[in-house]
Amino acid sequence: MTEVTTLQETKTGSGYAREVLMNLGPQHPSTHGVLRLLLQMDGEIVERIEPHIGLLHRGTEKLFESFTYTQIFPLTDRLDYLCPPSNNLGYALAVEALLGIEAPIRAQYIRVIMAELARISGHLLITGALPMDVGAMTSLLYTMRDREMVLDLMEMISGVRMHTSFVRVGGVREDLPEGCEARILEFCDIFADRISDYETLLKNNRIFLARVENIGNIAAGDAIALGLTGPNLRASGVDWDLRRDAPYEIYDRLEFNVITRKDGDCYDRWKCRLDEMRESLRMIRQCVKQMPKGDFLVDDPKIAFPVDKDLLAHSMETHIHHFELAAYGFKVPKGEVYAAIEAPKGELGYYLISDGSEKPFRLKVRSPSFVNLQALTERTTNVKYLADVIAMLGSLDPVMGEVDK
Amino acid sequence: MMAAEVPLAKVLERFGGKVELDETATDMPCLFVPPDDLVELCLFLRDDAELQFNFLSDICGLDFHPETPRFMLVYHLVSIPNHWRLRLKCRLFDPPAAPTITPVWTTANWHEREAYDMYGITFDGHPDLRRLYMWDEFDGFPMRRDFPLRGYKDNYNPLGATRRDVGGGA
Repeated sequence: MTEVTTLQETKTGSGYAREVLMNLGPQHPSTHGVLRLLLQMDGEIVERIEPHIGLLHRGTEKLFESFTYTQIFPLTDRLDYLCPPSNNLGYALAVEALLGIEAPIRAQYIRVIMAELARISGHLLITGALPMDVGAMTSLLYTMRDREMVLDLMEMISGVRMHTSFVRVGGVREDLPEGCEARILEFCDIFADRISDYETLLKNNRIFLARVENIGNIAAGDAIALGLTGPNLRASGVDWDLRRDAPYEIYDRLEFNVITRKDGDCYDRWKCRLDEMRESLRMIRQCVKQMPKGDFLVDDPKIAFPVDKDLLAHSMETHIHHFELAAYGFKVPKGEVYAAIEAPKGELGYYLISDGSEKPFRLKVRSPSFVNLQALTERTTNVKYLADVIAMLGSLDPVMGEVDK
Repeated sequence: MMAAEVPLAKVLERFGGKVELDETATDMPCLFVPPDDLVELCLFLRDDAELQFNFLSDICGLDFHPETPRFMLVYHLVSIPNHWRLRLKCRLFDPPAAPTITPVWTTANWHEREAYDMYGITFDGHPDLRRLYMWDEFDGFPMRRDFPLRGYKDNYNPLGATRRDVGGGA
């Protein structure tokens, strides 16, 4: 973008001073999607940042209202498209709360394993992409290599690499395939060593540190007022993690630390994510170890498809239920619920209002990236130059699919 | 889900009669508040030494067309020190208007812009009330229940509904 709008031009002794409006994006590698930032610049100094979002707006919430509860899963995949299992999980919890059911224990473990794998996949992308945005190209190539391992695991579990749609109301679609536990543990072993590699690669890199350390500090009080959640909040020193503080699924059976940092600068947000991946690995290992055998989907023909597909060929009743469920969906009792989970980006909340029919009356998504991105507009300390905006944006880790909904 | 022992008696007493408890809520306590008392209630909830609802999680707009009052705003608050959640509901008549709570929580800024963009709810005193997702020239409020799913027909949207189909006149 070479075109700029001049707001003010003053002649000084040494030349011209111009205050200009400049576009960053919507097509720019370091905006991580289609985000347009309008920057008011005084030379190299940023006076004001105005994000223009909505370029990826698909009207997801409007679509929710015309889809049945089962059809909604693929739509939630496409919110935070780096971590679909987390989105599925949050939505399933909301519907299950209204139905008054709970997934079988094994299904809960499978969901948590997938959600934590997704967290690793999401964090890997940004821990690699932030250094790349500020000039350390190497890291992304390595983190993408390892993200590939996570995606292979996803493919093994669900048959799909990205948009898994694996979670169902009342459980998961299928059981883990044979040998999957061993593959997951193998990944944990390989990946545990590699996290340390990335850390040593970057934490002593002077160029990287100069760009992120002490840039874009957010104080704890500001972070809360801004509604930040997830690693962005914890990097500012607020000890708040829904997995520990409002446990859902089987998180209360797992042992893990909540990572917090003190300064709330770009480096802390990056480091927080790096350390969280270690905790995720710990959780996955515990899950694989603790996971019991058993059902992976509730046995309720009105809500879930039959587990034994052979029954479809022999049992008329199963056949009818299957048809009803596929053609019309299931009804959810009247009521409202707000279900929140700790997604990789922060608090992902689904506010579901049901009018008793098979489609939601309203399903509002409280997407963490949407709220986190807003921090860019506020005058956080030490975002002074254009280059700092890039570091700040990368460290907030917005995913535009979720920002624009 | 969160614990339900939030001490709301003092809130009800302080705002005697104006703030009501929603008995139907099951997942978290819920209060009905008229728009005029919203800001005062939010400030009280945030600054009270015992309650400490310091975190605004979400603002959700709702449209109950054709019922009246037609619109509603739903606020989800969190008390991080106490691990409590609270829901506030604010009924709005058509045309919908509510006071802004941006001075209480900075994060309300974009949430309110979203509610304005999608439902046409205006927020008095909002620092920058513009459309957020849709472009500035866009006509209508897409999340309203009388707005067609495919939008209105125009040059860019040949499959959209005509205004007559949905009874919107013109």
